[in-house]
Amino acid sequence: MKFKSILVILSLFLFIIVMNSFIDDNPYLIVTKQDVELKIPKGFPKQVYEFKDNKPTPEGFFLGRKLFYDPILSKDSSISCGFCHQQIVAFGHIDHKISHGINGLLGKRNVPAIQNLIWQKSFMWDGGVNHLEVQPIAPITNPVEMDENLKSIVTKLQRNKVYVELFKKAFNDTIVTTEKILKVMAQFTGLMISSNSKYDKFIRHEDTLSSAELSGLKLFRNHCENCHKEPLFTDNSFRNIGIKPDTNFKDYGRQNVTGISSDYMKFKVPSLRNVELTYPYMHDGRFRNLQQVMNHYAKGDFYTDNVDSSIFRSVGLKEWEKSDIISFLKILTDKTFTYDRRFADPNIDNR
Amino acid sequence: MNSDRKRHILFAIFVLLATMSFINANKEKKKGTIILQFENYVDDKPLNLDSTTYHNHIGQPYTISKFKYYIGNIHLKKKNGAEYSSSDYFLINEEDSTSKQITLDNVPDGEYTSISFIVGVDSIHNCSGAQSGALDPMNAMFWAWNTGYIFLKLEGQSPLSQSPGKLLEFHIGGYKEPNNCIRNISLDLNYNTAKCSSIKIKTDVSEIFKTPLTVDFSKISSVTDFHYATRIANNYTDMFSVLSIIYK
Repeated sequence: MKFKSILVILSLFLFIIVMNSFIDDNPYLIVTKQDVELKIPKGFPKQVYEFKDNKPTPEGFFLGRKLFYDPILSKDSSISCGFCHQQIVAFGHIDHKISHGINGLLGKRNVPAIQNLIWQKSFMWDGGVNHLEVQPIAPITNPVEMDENLKSIVTKLQRNKVYVELFKKAFNDTIVTTEKILKVMAQFTGLMISSNSKYDKFIRHEDTLSSAELSGLKLFRNHCENCHKEPLFTDNSFRNIGIKPDTNFKDYGRQNVTGISSDYMKFKVPSLRNVELTYPYMHDGRFRNLQQVMNHYAKGDFYTDNVDSSIFRSVGLKEWEKSDIISFLKILTDKTFTYDRRFADPNIDNR
Repeated sequence: MNSDRKRHILFAIFVLLATMSFINANKEKKKGTIILQFENYVDDKPLNLDSTTYHNHIGQPYTISKFKYYIGNIHLKKKNGAEYSSSDYFLINEEDSTSKQITLDNVPDGEYTSISFIVGVDSIHNCSGAQSGALDPMNAMFWAWNTGYIFLKLEGQSPLSQSPGKLLEFHIGGYKEPNNCIRNISLDLNYNTAKCSSIKIKTDVSEIFKTPLTVDFSKISSVTDFHYATRIANNYTDMFSVLSIIYK
């Protein structure tokens, strides 16, 4: 009898030890089934990316996040996606006009925020990328960003024991392929949904607005809504808002990818969610703050080549109107998103 | 008595099923494989990478270091209009001899009078996100800055080139109008599956520089976006021909 009970206790111990080895030692980093559940916010339209053949799993998401934050994706292992896309500023690059790359190289465009990507029909300021899954290839292979090629990444990951194990967990198979890499990254970035700002709470009748914010909302709907359509605050279109092309960059926006002359200086209408955090503004970061942006629209001194007609709606805005609109824009900040534990850099210990 | 009759009926059903499956099996036997062998040429000589100097039809010398292109949407047509089609994509790469041989499986027996295919990748496959096999972006036939596959990649050198390193670079792609570089190719055949085993298709590189646009290397040495792309695509429309049919 005694021997038996000792055996039972011993096997219980063994069970606990074995189970423990399955649990990550940092509970902050655990990804649960609930974490990867796609929840479409009320009032949002039908998404473009439907995770077809790529239903998010905790293991896939975990691997996608690790890749997003791992400089192994760059040529000299110096720069990760998260280097330029920082969570605290809705995955823009805080206070940086244009992107930084390996060897201190500079790009020519302002790092866009990453949020609500599954509602985007195309990506990049010029809409050159047509699918969420292939988006990472652009910064990875850009010589002034991560300057790496996909073949080399597959080789590097395949000889890394930790990654091979993670691929096995996610795909039940140890072979690393570009398709798998791109799909898990889409699981991670696709679930980055921002829908819990003060504005959202107001729409859901969970919060009230100040008089300036309310006035700003009305003005916004009159002057800005035509392009920055609620609830995503973009209509996914490309427009020329009358800013002069920078002669150094020779960046003519959408025309660079379509070759169509009427696309001259058209850039994607960016979402204004979390706009307070994503300064500086415009495709080349030329405006330091929201005041400068408002001044551009109100002044009406547009570089008139091919300018979008909607832009004249905001000409002549008075100082108080600009100020109220800015008050409204600030309630689009979503701290639930910028502090969401699921999207945090796993290399930083947050316990 | 009754159980005997049952047995008889069961036996009859069994015989019927057996015959049917035999007929079916026989039907399946009436399908075979056809091999498409792509042979890259420059004019009337097989392509040699790097070592051979060629001349375009305005007499300008050049060498070729890389030649790759996508073939897809293959259709074989019979006299009576019946068609066989394959939905796969193939990347023909001069450097990789196995890539130049395409095996078509389950081709119904009969006499085929034409073959058609596209050079390039259709619009659906340009908009489908991460893919594998021939369409794996790792094959370096993919544009990241303006999503889409490079349909045809030809690189080399010419002393007349104004590009750095005297390089020639022709990366042709684009699935959207007005820059659509997908081209349909249709070739006549006389192919009887009972007698033939494979089709050799000649791909003549020199056509890429010839007509309707004469490519003068001192003026056009690098085409890597929509500038000139559709005109080069028009040129490659007539680079294919049936070289020979191999009999069993």
